Amino acid sequence: MSLMKTDVQNQNPGWRSFKPGKWSRSVDVNHFIALNMTPYEGTAAFLSPPTASTQKLWDIVSDLTRKEREAGGVLDVDVKTPSSILSHRPGYLKQELEQIVGVQTDEPFKRSIQPFGGIRMMVDACQAYGFQIPQSVIDMFTHIRKTHNQGVFDVYTSEMKAARRAGIITGLPDAYGRGRIIGDYRRAALYGVDFLIQDKERELSSLEVDNMDEEIIRLREEIAEQIAALRELKTMAAEHGYDISKPADNAKEAFQWLYFAYLAAIKEQNGAAMSLGRVSSFLDIYIQRDLKEGTLTEEAAQELVDHFVMKLRIVKFLRTPDYNELFSGDPTWVTESIGGMSLDGKTRVTKNSFRFLHTLYNLGPAPEPNLTVLWSEKLPENFKQYCAKVSIETSSIQYENDDLMRPIYGEDYGIACCVSAMKIGKQMQFFGARANLAKALLYAINGGRDEVSGDQVGPEYPAITDDELNYDEVMHRFSPMMEWLAKLYMNTLNVIHYMHDKYAYERLEMALHDRDVIRTMACGIAGLSVAADSLSAIKYARVKPVRTKSGIAVDFEIDGDYPCYGNNDDRVDQIAVELVETFMGMLRKHKAYRGAVPTQSVLTITSNVVYGKKTGTTPDGRKAGEPFAPGANPMHGRDQKGALASLTSVAKLPYEHSLDGISNTFSIVPKALGKEEPARIRNLVSMLDGYFGSRGHHLNVNVFHREQLMDAMEHPEKYPQLTIRVSGYAVNFIKLTREQQLDVMNRTFHGSM
Amino acid sequence: MLKGHVHSMETFGTVDGPGIRFVLFMQGCLLKCKYCHNPDTWGLNEGIEMSVEDVLAEIEPYLPYYRSSGGGLTVSGGEPTLQHAFVTRLFQEVKRRWNLHTALDTNGFNDPDKIRELLLNSDLVLLDLKHIDEKKHILLTGKSNERTLRLARWLSDHQRPVWIRHVYVPGIHHEEDDLVALGQYVCTLACVEKFEILPFHQLGIHKWEALGRAYPLKDVDSPSEEEIQRAYSLIHKGSRLSLKPIDVW
Repeated sequence: MSLMKTDVQNQNPGWRSFKPGKWSRSVDVNHFIALNMTPYEGTAAFLSPPTASTQKLWDIVSDLTRKEREAGGVLDVDVKTPSSILSHRPGYLKQELEQIVGVQTDEPFKRSIQPFGGIRMMVDACQAYGFQIPQSVIDMFTHIRKTHNQGVFDVYTSEMKAARRAGIITGLPDAYGRGRIIGDYRRAALYGVDFLIQDKERELSSLEVDNMDEEIIRLREEIAEQIAALRELKTMAAEHGYDISKPADNAKEAFQWLYFAYLAAIKEQNGAAMSLGRVSSFLDIYIQRDLKEGTLTEEAAQELVDHFVMKLRIVKFLRTPDYNELFSGDPTWVTESIGGMSLDGKTRVTKNSFRFLHTLYNLGPAPEPNLTVLWSEKLPENFKQYCAKVSIETSSIQYENDDLMRPIYGEDYGIACCVSAMKIGKQMQFFGARANLAKALLYAINGGRDEVSGDQVGPEYPAITDDELNYDEVMHRFSPMMEWLAKLYMNTLNVIHYMHDKYAYERLEMALHDRDVIRTMACGIAGLSVAADSLSAIKYARVKPVRTKSGIAVDFEIDGDYPCYGNNDDRVDQIAVELVETFMGMLRKHKAYRGAVPTQSVLTITSNVVYGKKTGTTPDGRKAGEPFAPGANPMHGRDQKGALASLTSVAKLPYEHSLDGISNTFSIVPKALGKEEPARIRNLVSMLDGYFGSRGHHLNVNVFHREQLMDAMEHPEKYPQLTIRVSGYAVNFIKLTREQQLDVMNRTFHGSM
Repeated sequence: MLKGHVHSMETFGTVDGPGIRFVLFMQGCLLKCKYCHNPDTWGLNEGIEMSVEDVLAEIEPYLPYYRSSGGGLTVSGGEPTLQHAFVTRLFQEVKRRWNLHTALDTNGFNDPDKIRELLLNSDLVLLDLKHIDEKKHILLTGKSNERTLRLARWLSDHQRPVWIRHVYVPGIHHEEDDLVALGQYVCTLACVEKFEILPFHQLGIHKWEALGRAYPLKDVDSPSEEEIQRAYSLIHKGSRLSLKPIDVW
């Protein structure tokens, strides 16, 4: 053992004083963490305020943010240079102040074009913000280099196109990067890039097999691409003056190496969600070593975190206003998963978990990075209380149930985007947006005809012609309509991901994965509460359709009361549970591309507004065009028995049938959490313990007054950093469209009268 | 079977007693306070009829929240002591089954001997003292404060923990003499764990309008922070005049 230790240290000065193990022979970041991390059970008292450099840098960022807003949302675009790892020379905020360097182009806030997902999206985005892509670049990505978007539309069937147009399947990643893949960026810091390249070369030679079939050929090409991307990553770092071929030698280098790897990923891909993984406690190991060696102070450690987080806050992609309507507020989902427990019962909370949350004070609240606390009943009490305090004061944290996920994903998973758990470096997903269940119910009533356009989008099954809707009859029609939808949906996703692999493969992110990854086909549903309440109305009240001359139900007369989802009433909650289970069962019947395992989410992001717009009046009394509730939330104002009844309804949705996550957004006015701060903190901690103890999966926590939002709508300039949680992520409130702002305000605020 | 008339319930109450609480609002009240923000709870024999078992079933799913936060069950209203037999049984059951903390939110307008069992099963009484001056109490609520003060004395004599709560309406509760007297009075009671001023707010107005009643305090503003601080300091002044000043405020 001692021989090996010396051996390791001779080889890698960057690994000095680390406890060696199997991680030092082959890539295994989790094992490194398990052997070397220092769990922290203390309070937040050790934290440091921002340094002068941090404040100066944040002033620069704030100033650029204001200029960007005044310019209409985009400050500058390099329209000529398609982004790649090496496309742009280094850019700086103010180089002499920056502990962590690197931005996506040669200047901060200058966006690049990333046309591999689709050139049309880039052209439209530039136009919308007053920029123009040169014809030569458009020609290049139209006639010479095919894009993902082109590939998909070459193959889409007419039925797929019709379903997409009608909005029964929507938000599909067929014109932009799919995202939701987390590179294990920690590998760059721990191993250095040379080790990773050697590892990939070994993987490549392991694929010199007898039968070169399509699968092997594809994988060999992909690994070759991965190796090329790693070489480019090294060059990109060298251009910034760093040699990252060897392991990071100290904390500053570890942050920098890791960030370079992430930066290379976002230069190469503008995926919808470019999540970071679970880096804070990993980085803490380096900070601890430096503190012990006397080469770092707490103040300097916090400065590293602040500067790193600042870089994550200014990740920018070029997107169309349309896209932003779907995903409000220019989100990038730089999701960082914090805390959680180890399989051996130790906590994964470190001092760095606190430091990351503390950036919300040092730099003020912000939507990015998407700080996600992996909550366990066994988390250290001090950490729980600190999280609650930060939530109450900033509304910038989301929580996900570690006790629910750890048995499935192990101790080193991270959240991609909002609620999608995956084993870091070992698992990826094919992001599949969502199918509109509320609309599917209307199709069942209307014989497959779209209630808005009148077109025959679904199969021509018999329409319901009764004067009053009968529950059994409706279910009898709904079931085959969902079967049709599940099949069409899965086939559509197969087309999309085949083409994405082919034309917009994530070289660098996948270079930071193992050779053989688990893939999931992450389907999703929207309009769950609308569908459940509609069925409840049909079952427990009298619902009469009002039909047009051509026989389409465009309105419903409801006579009597019915139980609404969100009141812990099993009569309707079980309908919601059954919908989730049933649709998941239907999805599982179909073969997913590349051996992916079908999963689904109950998550709408902010597109609950757009989906609602595209959906006619529903039997629950929701009028045509009105927003759906977000994610798995009960419909606004229908949860009448207070917060816990509402939470309990949502917690009934079965995670095992919705493994891609169940999003719940909770808004409460401060005084409804308690009268004094200590009581508020204690009550919020109890609420989180209770919700997750009853197997709830995810909770966004917002603590503010509706009046504050109203004021922010009228005076956005007063609230440049007002952050709210929407559905698996956070946004700058003032960046939302007016429609979305109104939607947020109409949601249930627990405790307001 | 014993049934209660229930107005509504809140599963996540955090201001009516310690911790997170299930708050049951009973239907019916004999006082007609001008500032009442729930006038729809006044009518007797209205509301939803529920058995003790029905209410227990509503509470049970949330026990982990109430336990881990040091919370429990609060029965409010309306005036819960009007249905004391029902509430007593309910309190006895939540104690027997779950050992849950119980709080009674009352205006005290009842005979302590009649509701003795209820008071003894309440771990905490949130006593709403509407006005210390009898005449003003009558003007404000339509009834004398004599019964409320008698009930307060009973609780004191029986060493029952009490939080005194006092809604402050500008123009009704602002007189220096009243506030000093209130402070003096509260100090004569044993087991007052907390004293709170609840600043008047206009949020109940829509309920009065919905019921077709004229809202008597339509033109009254909420008190300012300074006004509330002044009230507290006068009450403190009163407490110092008493022989046994209490320091829990």
